[in-house]
Amino acid sequence: MRTLLFLLQKEFRQIFRNKAILPVIFVMPMIQLIVLPLAADFEIDNINISIVDHDHSSLSRQLVDKIAASGYFVLSDYGNSYSQAFQQFERDRSDLILEIPSDFERKLVRENENSLFIAVNAINGVKATVGSSYLGRIINDFNADLRLKFNPAQGLNPVPVIEVSPINRFNPSLNYPFFMVPGILVSLVTMVAVYLCSLNIVKEKEIGTIEQINVTPVKKYHFILGKLIPFWVIGVFIFSVGLFGIGRLVYGIVPAGSILLLYSFLALYLVAVLGLGLLISTYSETQQQAMSLAFFCIMIFMLMSGLFTPVDSMPTWAIAIARCSPVTYFIEVMRMVVLKGSGFADIRYHFLMILGFAVLFNSFAVWNYRKVG
Amino acid sequence: MPAVELQSISKTYNNGELKAVNEVSFSVKKGELFGLIGPDGAGKTSIFRILTTLLLPEQGQASVVGYDVVKDYKEIRKKVGYMPGKFSLYQDLSVQENLEFFATVFGTTIEANYDLIRDIYIQIEPFRHRRAGKLSGGMKQKLALCCALIHRPEVLLLDEPTTGVDTVSRKEFWEMLKRLKQEGITILVSTPYMDEATLCERIALIETGNILSIDTPEGIIRQFPKLLYAIKAARMSQLLRDIRQYPEVDSCHAFGEFHHITFRQNEDALAKLLGHLQNLQHQGLEIKAITPTIEDCFINLLAKA
Repeated sequence: MRTLLFLLQKEFRQIFRNKAILPVIFVMPMIQLIVLPLAADFEIDNINISIVDHDHSSLSRQLVDKIAASGYFVLSDYGNSYSQAFQQFERDRSDLILEIPSDFERKLVRENENSLFIAVNAINGVKATVGSSYLGRIINDFNADLRLKFNPAQGLNPVPVIEVSPINRFNPSLNYPFFMVPGILVSLVTMVAVYLCSLNIVKEKEIGTIEQINVTPVKKYHFILGKLIPFWVIGVFIFSVGLFGIGRLVYGIVPAGSILLLYSFLALYLVAVLGLGLLISTYSETQQQAMSLAFFCIMIFMLMSGLFTPVDSMPTWAIAIARCSPVTYFIEVMRMVVLKGSGFADIRYHFLMILGFAVLFNSFAVWNYRKVG
Repeated sequence: MPAVELQSISKTYNNGELKAVNEVSFSVKKGELFGLIGPDGAGKTSIFRILTTLLLPEQGQASVVGYDVVKDYKEIRKKVGYMPGKFSLYQDLSVQENLEFFATVFGTTIEANYDLIRDIYIQIEPFRHRRAGKLSGGMKQKLALCCALIHRPEVLLLDEPTTGVDTVSRKEFWEMLKRLKQEGITILVSTPYMDEATLCERIALIETGNILSIDTPEGIIRQFPKLLYAIKAARMSQLLRDIRQYPEVDSCHAFGEFHHITFRQNEDALAKLLGHLQNLQHQGLEIKAITPTIEDCFINLLAKA
């Protein structure tokens, strides 16, 4: 026990003396937490639209005004030549083209029907789909207004219409950071834990101190615990600052669920990812190797974790990979507990999986770490 | 019971391609200062790593203070002080912190064994708050020795402790080892410097994993089979070529100021050679009989092997 305490003391001493790593641990995660959620905003606005108006009627102008006033679109070009508008497309200055035919108003008034042409620049797929659906909605709205104007006498709609009015639960104002901050916090905690843990052990290998330790009576589990505990503590610290400091003060996120539940999950989760760090370190001889290996793992874990794209919408094989990443589970748990207020019963499965990861990574690492070469 | 014993220990690398240690056997008596002398790549470090239980031998048996290096590695780790060739203490901890750390992991304190390291530690004590990484080479070496001694080991294993250290510090270091020997500590030390061999009580000459000879330095010198002469002239490199071409000469090697030569056997070969060299117009010829050094013995053994 005395040995372990002394190993921990030594470890903390070294961490606090490392002037390069200290900011990585304490400052960078906070900056990332402030910058990333604001920048990685998936709400699409500022869609550039080119309108080709062959009609120049009051109706067509009304439609254009309505589109411009919606807030989603920026009118990049207004003219009467489709080929000119297409040039805007080609220069990537425009995402959508709306073509209004020359007899738009006349035909609409006379024949009660008309059609519009929309061309979508599908290079940026997300912007294209979202933009065309926004535009479709605006035109539908416009259509409804027209109907009311042309058939004001009819008290009731001759055609039954089902109106859908959604209500946003758990995040009523669709506040984007509410969704992103918990996820990004998980990724930061993971990165710090995996990188620091693996680099720290490999550094001892590189300098040769591990050999010195190996010829002492220090037990294997003392050495490993002496490495895991400091980074476990740092992980909990970063999580707390992120959740209470940045999350609450900057974004106003108050976890709906139990804090205790979150922390017990975090405690187990850190054991799992530190085990991964340990495993990486047993496979590397130099810090450079460890860094590359850790970077690969973190990269896959992050992109497959559902942080940016929902896991459920991935192809089946990708879902299988995502399910092999502990990050996926913690991000789910964070969103469930922080936003929905889920209880232990809801995340039992996640607990079980992380427990599995913890046992798997750590036993594999310990098995691979031998004192005798 | 010998303090360290090796019985036909072998170790290969790269799946047997490289034989680092080839059936090496020797034993070090309790309280002895034993030197393992050989050039780089002779297998010295592999032997040390086997004795410190960091490397498993492929063949043979080895024991340290009576414990087997494979079965009882845990016991050995308590009794042995190891100083690897490469400085491997915590560079970001201070001198005192390093020493405290190693004392604690061995379950002891600096105070308990201070008398053992006092003479050495006193020289680095003024810098005890300095980080180990910021020490000079000689001071690093002293700190490493202190850390290896802090638990009062029965056997001290020093792998090339004087490599990369200046002449004065090397001399000081050997003085320290002599004092430690008086404390009853068995010391096994390796070095590539042949001139340090005479400072050991017994030495083993080793080359490419094979032991060439084991004896006291005097014994090894006594075993030198021939008379050895040192020769000097104005044009040394021309002299070396000429002597080597002379049929009666067995060996000729450049040794600093002189060339060392041995003859095949003939008693009057020296006079004949001198006559031959004078015919070749060598100026300032000077020749004398000398006692061989360990290096001469090493080269001689190497030529025979």
